[in-house]
Amino acid sequence: MKLVIGIVRPEKANDVLEALYRADVRGISMSKVQGHGGELDRVETYRGSTVKVEVNDKVRFEIGVSDDFVEPTVQAICDGARTGDVGDGKIFVVPVERVVRIRTGETDEAAVTPVGG
Amino acid sequence: MDAPIIAQVTEIDTGDTAWMLASTALVLLMTVALGLFYAGLVRAKNALNTFMMCVSAIAIAGLTWALVGYSLAFDGTGDLVGGLDYAFLQDVTFEPRDGTTIPHLVFFAFQATFCIITVALISGAVVERMRFGPWMVFAALWSVLVYSVLAHWGFGGGWLIEGGTLDFAGGIAVEMASGFSAVAAAIVVGARKDYGRIGLLPHNSVLVLLGAGLLWFGWFGFNGGSGFGTGDASVLAFTNTMLCPAATLFTWMILDLIRGRKVTAVGAATAIIAGCVLITPAGGFISPGWALVLGVLGTIPVYFVIVYRPRTRVDETLDVLAAHGAAGLIGILFIGFVAQESWNGVSDGWFYGNISQLGDQALAVLATPIYAFVMTFILLKLVGAVMPLRGPDHDESLGMDSIYHGEEAYPSGEGAILVTPEAGEEAPVPVAQP
Repeated sequence: MKLVIGIVRPEKANDVLEALYRADVRGISMSKVQGHGGELDRVETYRGSTVKVEVNDKVRFEIGVSDDFVEPTVQAICDGARTGDVGDGKIFVVPVERVVRIRTGETDEAAVTPVGG
Repeated sequence: MDAPIIAQVTEIDTGDTAWMLASTALVLLMTVALGLFYAGLVRAKNALNTFMMCVSAIAIAGLTWALVGYSLAFDGTGDLVGGLDYAFLQDVTFEPRDGTTIPHLVFFAFQATFCIITVALISGAVVERMRFGPWMVFAALWSVLVYSVLAHWGFGGGWLIEGGTLDFAGGIAVEMASGFSAVAAAIVVGARKDYGRIGLLPHNSVLVLLGAGLLWFGWFGFNGGSGFGTGDASVLAFTNTMLCPAATLFTWMILDLIRGRKVTAVGAATAIIAGCVLITPAGGFISPGWALVLGVLGTIPVYFVIVYRPRTRVDETLDVLAAHGAAGLIGILFIGFVAQESWNGVSDGWFYGNISQLGDQALAVLATPIYAFVMTFILLKLVGAVMPLRGPDHDESLGMDSIYHGEEAYPSGEGAILVTPEAGEEAPVPVAQP
């Protein structure tokens, strides 16, 4: 089992969701995060103050998957999130020690397999 | 009806003038209220741009109206367009405007706020994608070539008003003009890139309701001031502006209940505006009872257009056609049925024995949409030939606010570094002191 963490542009989040859906990946957490990955700073002006905004809004996906699903999941996030410009984001795949489905108490592989899937 | 065109000697009435000064301020507030309403209906990343399209209308139409617009609309009785005697505000002074008891300057300012809000209304068709520069160019051209002409037809002494068409506060020049221009604008500019693919939702429905409420408040000046004083017509229009939208709001909530088992807030806000538009042309011509009937009956076609339009490929984003074009058209026609001379002192409608009034109203309903649609289509094609109307898809993804304004409606405040820290260099602010 792995936890796939994808950090993507907010405007591409819908495309990622669509790609994951097409790849039959279910069970997703999403959160809004802010960060900086080397892209150009955004310059904004409010009255007399000009500021350089160094952190950008991103969307962070967290997906727990069985080993067979790691590649399709990574591929789907790449397909959905890529624009080719700096700032498209990163994907981290990290090992998972234990998973528990709270409702049933199922663990590990059974817990990350979608209901009815 | 607006000022009779025959020159007549009138004196300034202080009561009338006081109310018209207040009305002018009320109508100007409507443009900002519309900005709130529109901004709430779009996504957060486009909220400022949407608001700024409305605000920019004050800058643009305010100027064009003073330079030539007012003169083209309100100078003389030419069939199609007025003269240029009032251009650059020549002869617009403290003397009373012909046929009114208020100073010409106040009459001018009151009419200016109408031109401004009408231009702002059209922006609803092109928000979330049109570039800001071309919008300002289009707004300037439209305010002169479309608004002034239609205002002349309906208010200023053109062929419709001289032919007997009744339009109390702008069913022709404001509502039908903006509604049908909006469709043409949506067609020429094209749909947003995500239209019909993903749900594009209002980002703040509280702003939508607040904007609608403030619009209603301002509309008491819009309709209540269109009698140019405190006479019977103004009083009737004022009260009808209370009644008709209330009936529309009630009917809309019932329709929502029937259709989806839930009464929606964004629907209620839309209903308030539709109700105000319905009564705009008819305000000073129909009885309060008929105003309630208009509020109920008029809601049904407007509701239908709102439900049907998103199923088409025309991304007329904020439904200006439904809330303004369709509602204004119904209001204009309704006068032809139920106008009562005993209430308005001007003319009866069909139900009171004067079927020819309905013919006069039908003429406006045919001519106005055609002129507005065709002219807007041509104007935007011309502007588009000189400068692109839209930016690349990438800009649309990022949002109009940061691309065209360099600001965000809801900045997080995190990670912002001052670029010109004149004060900061002398006195650095410690993050944390030991």
